[in-house]
Amino acid sequence: MNIFIYDQTFEGLLTTIYEAIELKVRPDKIVSAKSFQDDLFAIKNYVTTDHAKFESIWNQVNKKTTQQVCQRIFQAFLSEGPDIEMLIYNYIKLIIDTPYNIEVNFSDNFVLKLTNIQKKVGRETQRVIMFVRFQKTIDDIYYASFDPKYNVIPLTISHFRNRFADQKWVIFDTRRKYGYYYDLNEVREVTIGNQKVNNNSGKVENDILHVSEKLFQKLWKSYYDTINIKERKNLKVHMQFLPKRFWKFLPEKDFKNKMVLS
Amino acid sequence: MKEETANKLKILVGAAKYDVSCASSGSNRPNKGKGLGNTAPWGICHSFTEDGRCISLIKLMLTNYCIYDCAYCANRNSNDIPRSTFTVKEVADLTIEFYRRNYIEGLFLSSGVIKNPDYTMERMVRVAKELRNRNYNGYIHLKSIPGASEELQQLAGMYADRLSVNIEIATEPNLKMLAPEKNFKSILNPMKFIRNKIIENKEERRKFKHAPRFSPAGQSTQLIIGATPDNDKHILTLAGGLYNSKNLKRVYYSGFIPVNDYDKRLPALQEPPLKRENRLYQADWLFRFYGFSINEIVNDDHPDLDLEIDPKLSYALRNPWLFPIDINKASYETILRVPGIGVLSAKKILLARRYKSLDINNLKKIGVVLKRAKYFITCKELKEPTINELKPEGVRGILLHHEKPKLSNYVTQHKQLSLFSTN
Repeated sequence: MNIFIYDQTFEGLLTTIYEAIELKVRPDKIVSAKSFQDDLFAIKNYVTTDHAKFESIWNQVNKKTTQQVCQRIFQAFLSEGPDIEMLIYNYIKLIIDTPYNIEVNFSDNFVLKLTNIQKKVGRETQRVIMFVRFQKTIDDIYYASFDPKYNVIPLTISHFRNRFADQKWVIFDTRRKYGYYYDLNEVREVTIGNQKVNNNSGKVENDILHVSEKLFQKLWKSYYDTINIKERKNLKVHMQFLPKRFWKFLPEKDFKNKMVLS
Repeated sequence: MKEETANKLKILVGAAKYDVSCASSGSNRPNKGKGLGNTAPWGICHSFTEDGRCISLIKLMLTNYCIYDCAYCANRNSNDIPRSTFTVKEVADLTIEFYRRNYIEGLFLSSGVIKNPDYTMERMVRVAKELRNRNYNGYIHLKSIPGASEELQQLAGMYADRLSVNIEIATEPNLKMLAPEKNFKSILNPMKFIRNKIIENKEERRKFKHAPRFSPAGQSTQLIIGATPDNDKHILTLAGGLYNSKNLKRVYYSGFIPVNDYDKRLPALQEPPLKRENRLYQADWLFRFYGFSINEIVNDDHPDLDLEIDPKLSYALRNPWLFPIDINKASYETILRVPGIGVLSAKKILLARRYKSLDINNLKKIGVVLKRAKYFITCKELKEPTINELKPEGVRGILLHHEKPKLSNYVTQHKQLSLFSTN
């Protein structure tokens, strides 16, 4: 059994694929060093990430297919699914070995599988863009926590940077414990674990919330309740579009946030 | 921003909620000079209400005072309800604060008519102008007030991403019965004006890259369903005509909710006609994306849509001689006419069959839903009986009432001929 062990980065994975093709060895397994459990009888290949090798294989893929396929492979990688490494290996091998572009050959298993995984990642990305809710803090930073199924926050950064160019913001992935901070000039990766944020609900503690924040959350909740048409109630569709796992981040779904009106 | 705003919000959102349009799509406005916001051409929903509708925009009425007395409207002049009016600043503040927190894509602003159309429209335009002055580049949808001057419509289009004028009732006599102050001309004229301006603006932007945009996401309208005895043919013919002649981006259909049940001109409905509304949207889609003509969907023989089955299936059952089609040979347009196969599936079939001849398993794998489609197609190794053998009534029975396929006809057709038969 041939096991390739890489450093869990995308560059590392492509280096691995480069080496496997170079060595003319078909890997039985590609695992990250973090999740690797030693196997006595396997042939172990420890791969050192190499930018030149990464580029070489990436350019080949790019030449054979389109920019979209490269995006698709990268996004599928972010799914962090089990065996995603082998799927990407098989997919890239197929691209390189086939004389024509296999991008839309959906009757091929690898193509179909990878396309479907990428679609799921794309949907999750879209949901971050839809359901992220910023809370304004006393130092005028707009803070949001999210718990995406896949590692998709990086895919949303350009959207948020373009849109909220004149406000400082943070988007934090509570599952993977890292996030991004935009300081009006550039976006940086941040990893600080802030005790002022509830790790489960993503709520910023009251003493560092901006004075107006609670009011706007209440106004939004009030808007949400009023715009609903009771005669048209359709909870099935509601749940389908707004799955429960997102509710904890949504002020409009927070039942403790009831509007008190005289 | 105080309690007073909160109260106003309740009144003026409650007044606006029956406008179904909430799309934020179709516009491609970039964020200028590090300001706030941009628009996404595909549109983004930010939440969903318990009635299953998407919230994309903050939908407000500038005021719910109104000089008109339209029978179908909750804000009609003769209703005794709490009334209120937002200031320009209040609407702008709310929009921007909600936008910054990623609650919304932008603003949908309509208004009751106060004093006269021009006065009302002018205030709405001021809100849009205020937002743009604060370097807000998010989405703005303005309801055009019928009867407002062309100068104001023009200004509205310069600030807004989409304009709309609601027709509400599909035939003019019925409109006049329920809304005596309105007529088709006063609604169609602004539509025509907006259409011409949009065409003009496109031409201009082709020549001068930086010419200001005019209503880049086009215009839309809304029809109320079930408040009058108009049939689906009336409604869809009007909608089709509007798409063709006024270049509308969308026609919205809104199932009538009896808000003024004391008014005897209105029908007493147990519940809003949601099924019919849904079928109308499906028919609308067939017209816009599937190459159907209105006449193929509804005509004098079938003036109303079948509520039990979708309009495409209904069309196929009425025209069985067009089927089955061969999935490996048929054109894109023909595949689109198969019940249960949508635009995405049709495109995927076209791409996948370039590599090999498709069989039923390939179709399933690429995600084509065969529940309805299988009676209308043939492909490599598909041995299922089609509409030819089962007859339209048979297919209808199977799909609606889970009847077992009756193969009596099928068997007799394929009976071996007897050599020595005497008749």
